[in-house]
Amino acid sequence: MMSEGTKLLLIAFSMIFTENYVLVQFIAICPFLGVSKNFDSCIGMSGAVIFVMTLASAVTWTIYNFLLEPFGLTYLQTIVFILVIAALVQFVEIVLKKFIKPLYKALGIYLPLITTNCAVLAVTILNITEKYNLLEACIDGATAGVGFGLALILFCGVRKALERAKPPKCFEGLPITLIAAALTSMTFMGFAGIADNLFH
Amino acid sequence: MKKTKWQIFTNGIFKENPVLILLLGCCSVLAISVTVKGALGMGVALTFVLVGSNVVISLLRKVIPDKVRIPCFIVVVATFVTLVEMVVEAYLPDLYNALGIFLALIVVNCIVLGRAEMFASKNGVLDSFLDGLGMGIGYTVVIVGIAVVRELLGAGTIYGIRIIPEGYQIGIIAQTPGGFMMFGLAMGLLIYCLGKKGKKFDPRIGCDGKCGNCSIGCENAIKDIVPDAKEDKEAAK
Repeated sequence: MMSEGTKLLLIAFSMIFTENYVLVQFIAICPFLGVSKNFDSCIGMSGAVIFVMTLASAVTWTIYNFLLEPFGLTYLQTIVFILVIAALVQFVEIVLKKFIKPLYKALGIYLPLITTNCAVLAVTILNITEKYNLLEACIDGATAGVGFGLALILFCGVRKALERAKPPKCFEGLPITLIAAALTSMTFMGFAGIADNLFH
Repeated sequence: MKKTKWQIFTNGIFKENPVLILLLGCCSVLAISVTVKGALGMGVALTFVLVGSNVVISLLRKVIPDKVRIPCFIVVVATFVTLVEMVVEAYLPDLYNALGIFLALIVVNCIVLGRAEMFASKNGVLDSFLDGLGMGIGYTVVIVGIAVVRELLGAGTIYGIRIIPEGYQIGIIAQTPGGFMMFGLAMGLLIYCLGKKGKKFDPRIGCDGKCGNCSIGCENAIKDIVPDAKEDKEAAK
């Protein structure tokens, strides 16, 4: 039996590397392809995602375990979660705008885009299917966000290099970007199996 | 010029194919296109949600206040997704396991919300129905097409029927990198073929920022939401 600390480490490690949302699980590809052109927006977007994912994990976990489950409403999970995320994002935006101006300036533009980010909904649902407790759910949310950010920033560098490359005419633009994404995700396959050997 | 019903229907299949040309909803395309069976199921599920939500949103378009339209759309979409989830879980448990989280993620699929925002909220019921059906079929065609190639090369089968004998598969095609690669190759091939015919084909990420609430975060959308973001930056300098 694993101790709690080891379990948290295992969650963190697998979310960042072996089960990276973007490069291994194909979640949140849209912002991955859309935002990774510019380094500043990569940083901003990943910051906003980490922030919202951690919060959303905590809030949806609480709602599920204290509201939906006791009253037998678990079939409402999808609807409730997406609404909670939408409301939460709005709320965070308002609070940041009022009280923490610099943070709003850095993350504010990206907040409205996060409501429909698949990664946020995915992490909240996976927290429930994996039967995590509150602390594990929060760690899961935060590190999944870190993994997303890592993939985004790495790929931003790859795209910078791509700009100087000269692919065949028909592959210019998006097609070659997708092939580059394939190579980037291949590097993450190298992490497969590490988690099992490290923590068992 | 007003579009005919036929043009509205075929728009999603060819001219504005949501996956290959607008690059919307590519998460599920890449993840689910490992087997033809799963791809077909996903295509049907998404088409059902698209048609249902388009029709309902089009019916409600005069009732929904403009300011809270996105949350309203999300509720409608989420309702249909929950319906699909329950039906698939009850009657097709194998498919339910194959689709996994991506079934629930239809809620945040950019195609569904994008069509609600760009088409259903502005057009009549019949037009919205046709638009949803066309977009759904366009999505299904692409995902099944990619799945045929990936299943053939990755597992040596098509729809579970063995074609290439055991031991001659390229395992990586069925894994994550293969998804990106096949999608990129399909797009490059399409550009090449259309280029030979003298037609121009220009895949672009997103929808020119027409829907302000899109996770793609294309530059247009960012500009749209905060028109003075650029000026802010310059002022900071």
